[in-house]
Amino acid sequence: MSTLLDVEDLRVTFPTRTGLVEAVRGVTFSLGRERLGIVGESGSGKSQTGRAIMGLTPPQARISANKLAFDGIDLLSVSPRERRALRGKRIAMILQDPKYSLDPVMSIGRQIVETLRTHEKVGKAEARDRALAMLEAVQIRDPARVFDLHPHEVSGGMGQRAMIAMMLIAGPEMMIADEPTSALDVTVQLDVLGILDRLVSERGMGLIFISHDLRLVSSFCDRVIVMYAGKVVEQLKASELGRAQHPYTRGLLNCMPKIGADRHPLPVLDRKPEWAA
Amino acid sequence: MTAAIAVDRLGVIFDRFHALKGVSLDVQPGESFGLVGESGSGKSTLLRAIAGLAPVASGSITVNGKKLGTRREKAFYREVQMVFQDPYGSLHPRQTVDRLLQEPLAIHGFADGEKRIQRALDEVGLGNGFRFRYSHQLSGGQRQRVAIARALILEPSILLLDEPTSALDASVQAEVLNLLEEVRRRRKLTFLMVSHDLAIITHMCGRLMVMQSGEAVENLSADDLVERRVTKDYTRNLLRASDGFVRA
Repeated sequence: MSTLLDVEDLRVTFPTRTGLVEAVRGVTFSLGRERLGIVGESGSGKSQTGRAIMGLTPPQARISANKLAFDGIDLLSVSPRERRALRGKRIAMILQDPKYSLDPVMSIGRQIVETLRTHEKVGKAEARDRALAMLEAVQIRDPARVFDLHPHEVSGGMGQRAMIAMMLIAGPEMMIADEPTSALDVTVQLDVLGILDRLVSERGMGLIFISHDLRLVSSFCDRVIVMYAGKVVEQLKASELGRAQHPYTRGLLNCMPKIGADRHPLPVLDRKPEWAA
Repeated sequence: MTAAIAVDRLGVIFDRFHALKGVSLDVQPGESFGLVGESGSGKSTLLRAIAGLAPVASGSITVNGKKLGTRREKAFYREVQMVFQDPYGSLHPRQTVDRLLQEPLAIHGFADGEKRIQRALDEVGLGNGFRFRYSHQLSGGQRQRVAIARALILEPSILLLDEPTSALDASVQAEVLNLLEEVRRRRKLTFLMVSHDLAIITHMCGRLMVMQSGEAVENLSADDLVERRVTKDYTRNLLRASDGFVRA
């Protein structure tokens, strides 16, 4: 399997009034053309890991790594200009809430066309046709109508599909999805995941799926990385989640209520300081 | 036995939008009842209507045998308290925990505030160290504990819970759910709980109602749901969705 992304000892540090805070502390993993899940609770550094790869870390933060390479390109030394060419074209990102991450004053169609024309030389008519085809590919029933709608006029599920369409239209090789379905209803969640799954496998993309929901990730991804306090505590195949070794992973799996399991009170996580060490 | 909460053909209309279309519901004293459905199904609106926070257009609400008018009396709020979804939005940002907890006591003219605040904080597992902190100095789980303490401080008999754990991490969620179960057992409270998560509802509630676009789809016991004895496709879809993603 060819390696798309290589991350070795990634660190993201934020200066604060009380000193330096390390949000990501030495994360190492690699990604091929597969679905990789990154799971952790709030503050575990999972989103900052995704943002560092995408180049969206706030300017005051410091990033260091032994290696941060996408398809052989060193992302740490690359110029902002080259970085911009990568972003959107070869690496795409889906964010949590379409309400906040789509431009509210621009129609959905125009936003998709804008992405396409930033990265490829295409005429207006062709761009429109390709945007419509993309909207259809994310299972929007009436693409011509949705093309002209503004983000506030569509539901959460529809907005998230539009965002996926926008991210896929330039044909990226790698996609980072940061909690792409947490703002959606459970049934809509599955539709969106189904679309994502199909497009990723059809196009042979690498996908990094960042989520707090261990069960959802394990049913969707091939491999799972579990993060705690900025570190990777466990890496395992999604199918082997039941055999997780680390007490944090097991605790996280255990503390969720399940239909049919009569456990009162629920087991709670007993956080050990050595997990974060 | 009179029901703790009896809702009869309740209708709620926002402008021209019918958010609730004749929903009926009975919750017995000491029972824990769940409301499930997707966003827009009206489950939160039903809860808010009972608390007096939504415009009731038709039907009636009876609490502990007393029919409610359009205005809630002070006595109502000693019986019924609510815990909201977002612990970041439901606590006053410029008041300390102490001040937050004093407010309901002052409104209802309790004299032994000092003792009650200490007891309420102990009960939710926060202790005195948290008393003079502001809400931004607390984590999400701690804030939700403060919100629960604020609801319990008037010793109500009914708690309305609107997605009390959906903004929390899984491990913190378990702690807050355990706390809620414990106070319910100790104080023999009646719960009416809204959640989009079927697993949480079956864990917390004995009976539940499934809602869709402002109407009741079906009434089930938690056991029905566990054994998958559901009659409506909508509920079946929800159940399937809660199992996680299945590759086609």
